Amino acid sequence: MSTMQSPQTLAEKVWNAHVVRHGEGEGEARQPDLIYIDLHLLHEVTSPQAFEGLRLAGRKLRRPDLTIATEDHNTPTLDIDKPIADLTSRTQIFTLRDNCKEFGVRLHSLGDKEQGIVHVVGPQLGLTQPGMTVVCGDSHTSTHGAFGALAFGIGTSEVEHVMATQALSLKPFKTMSINVEGTLKPGVTAKDIILAVIAKIGTGGGQGYVLEYRGSAIRALSMDARMTICNMSIEAGARAGMIAPDETTFEYVKGRPHAPEGDDWDAAVDYWKSLQSDEGARFDNEVFLNADELEPFVTWGTNPGQGVSLSSNVPVPEDFEDENDRKACERALTYMGLTGGTPMKEIRVDTVFLGSCTNSRMEDLRAAAEIVKGREKDPQIRMIVVPGSARVRLEAEAEGLDKIFKDFGAEWRFAGCSMCLGMNPDQLAEGERCASTSNRNFEGRQGKGGRTHLVSPLVAAATAIRGTLASPSDIANTPVSA
Amino acid sequence: MEKVVTHTGIGVPLRQSNIDTDQIIPAVYLKRITRTGFEDALFAGWRRDENFILNTEPYNKGSVLVAGPDFGTGSSREHAVWALKDYGFKAVISARFADIFRGNSGKQGLVAAEVAQSDIELIWKELENNPGTEVTVNLDARTVQCGSIVAPFQIDDYTRWRLMEGLDDIGLTLKQEADITSFEASRPAFKPQTLPARTAD
Repeated sequence: MSTMQSPQTLAEKVWNAHVVRHGEGEGEARQPDLIYIDLHLLHEVTSPQAFEGLRLAGRKLRRPDLTIATEDHNTPTLDIDKPIADLTSRTQIFTLRDNCKEFGVRLHSLGDKEQGIVHVVGPQLGLTQPGMTVVCGDSHTSTHGAFGALAFGIGTSEVEHVMATQALSLKPFKTMSINVEGTLKPGVTAKDIILAVIAKIGTGGGQGYVLEYRGSAIRALSMDARMTICNMSIEAGARAGMIAPDETTFEYVKGRPHAPEGDDWDAAVDYWKSLQSDEGARFDNEVFLNADELEPFVTWGTNPGQGVSLSSNVPVPEDFEDENDRKACERALTYMGLTGGTPMKEIRVDTVFLGSCTNSRMEDLRAAAEIVKGREKDPQIRMIVVPGSARVRLEAEAEGLDKIFKDFGAEWRFAGCSMCLGMNPDQLAEGERCASTSNRNFEGRQGKGGRTHLVSPLVAAATAIRGTLASPSDIANTPVSA
Repeated sequence: MEKVVTHTGIGVPLRQSNIDTDQIIPAVYLKRITRTGFEDALFAGWRRDENFILNTEPYNKGSVLVAGPDFGTGSSREHAVWALKDYGFKAVISARFADIFRGNSGKQGLVAAEVAQSDIELIWKELENNPGTEVTVNLDARTVQCGSIVAPFQIDDYTRWRLMEGLDDIGLTLKQEADITSFEASRPAFKPQTLPARTAD
C-alpha cells in the first residue's frame, strides 16, 4: 500500500489512519509500520499464553477499555448450567476468567446474554464499526471487515504484543478487488459467492492481500450476508476482506449498545462516508465474478478451494493439469470416501450443522427455518442448530425459530463455535459425513475421520429434508404441513 | 528469542500441498494453557499411521521440513509453530506459506524459507533417494543447500534481521511508546470503548 494522498483504496485509507509511525526505508527493505489497534477481541484458546507472557515480563495490559473477551471455542452447547465435563476445556475457560479478572478485561462468560462466538458478539454489541482496526487471535477476524474495518487474525505472540502496546508492527498488505456484478438467483446466497471466489482464486490466491468485495451484488447484501463473505476471506489465503460502508452498514450499527450517539454519531457517519475506494484507486490485482451465473456451491474435498456447483459432479483427478492438484484430488477423494464422477446431489449425508462464525446469525437461521418449516426431516439425518451468540438464540426464540427447528427434528443448542472445529463435545464420528455451514473442510476438522461438505444455510436445510446434498429447488415439491 | 543465522539438519520431504494448521496440530491439543510441550501434538492425526514419514528412520530425527505449496493455511493458531519447534524443527521450506503462519514463525524463531517449487522438487528427490541427507538453511546468504543443490530463498528483510538478531518485538515497540501515547491523544471521540460495558438490556 502506498501512502500517497492521491486515489486510495478503502484498505489504504484505514491503514493510513492508523499509522503510529511509518517504517523507514523503501521497497523490499522497508521496515514495518506501527499500526494502532482500535479493538482487541479475546477468547479462551489463543490468549492464556499471551497473558502469561505479560505476567512474566511484568507488563500491563495497555488498554482494557479497547479489549473484550468471550468464551466460545470450548464451551458446551448442551447443559450449560452444569460444570464443563471436559477437564482441559474447563481449565482453559477458568484460566480466561482468572486472567480477565486480574487484568480488568470485560468478559462475557457462558450463561451471559452477550456470550457467543467472538465474531458474532463484536458486531452485535456495536463494537465493530467502519474504519476501525480490529484484531483477535483467530483467523476469522476477517468477518469484521464487512463494516469497512481492517480486521485480521493474529497469533498468540501478536496477541501479547497488542495487549502490551495496543499496536502491531506490520508490513503493508497488497490490495485485490473482487468485483461481483449482477443479481443472485433465488436460492443463491453470500456463502455461494465466497465459495465460488475461493474456488476461482484458490486457497493461496489471496496471500498477502486485503480483498475488497465490490459491485452491485455485494451492495445488495445485508450485513449478516456481508459478514459471511468477509469471514471466509482467510480461506482464500487473504489477511482480510473488506466491504465499503454504506447506508446498510450505518443502519445496522445505529442504536446498538456501543454505537456513537448524538454529535458523535453525526461525526462518525461523516467520516464513514469517506471510506470508499477512490475513483481511479489502483488495486494490485482484480477479480471479476458474474452473480447472475452463480449457483449453490458446495465443497467436495478437504480444502475450501475444492468446491463445485451443487448441480455438477465430483471431479476426477484427471480434471486437474497441475500434478500437485491431481495428487491433492486423489488424496481428498480417498479421505472423503467419494468416487470421481458421482453427482454431488447423490451424496448421502449423516449430519447437518447449522452454525459457526460464518453462518449463525439471525438471517442464516431465518433462511434455514423458512425451508424446514412444516416439512419432515430425513429420518437418518442428525441436524444441529447452534446460534452464534446467546443474544441470537434469544432473538430467534422470540421469533419462534426454535420451535420450527425442534418440530422439524433438529437439535436447538446453546451458542458457541461447536462443531465447526469440534473443540467441545460436538464432533463427527469417524467416517461420518456432514453438510456444514461452517468454513473449513480440512481433514479431521469436525472430528477425527469426519467428512465435511461446506454449504450455505439454504443447502443445509434442503439437505436435512432430502438426506442427500440438495438445494431449495430440489425440495420444492416435498409436502408442507400447516 | 534465540538468534538463528544458519541451521543444518536432516531434511524431511513431505510431498503434500495445502498442509493446513488443523493437520499440523489438531484442535483438541489447543486446550492446553502452556507454551511448551506440544511435540506429541505435531501432525498427531497423521502420526497414527505407522508409515507416516515422521515415524520412519532417519526422518524422525529431522529438523528441516520440506513441504508442498500453501503450507500453514487455515487457523491463526501459533500452536502450529510451537508444535513444530517442540518436535525439533528449526526451519520449514515451502514454495508458499500462509501469511499468519509465516508471521507466527518469525515471532518464534522458526525459519519459514520460501523456495521455488522446481527447487523443492529437486530437494525432495535428493532427500528420498538419500534418506538422512542434511539441509542447510543459511539466513545470511538466503540459501538452502541439500547435497549438490543450492537454492535461493525468499524471506522479508525485517523478519530475517529479527531472526538473526534474536530480537523481541514487544521490547522494540515499547521504545516507541511516546508515539503511541500521542497517537492515542488524537483518536476521534466517536471510536468505541468496551468499558464501561453497555448491553442491549
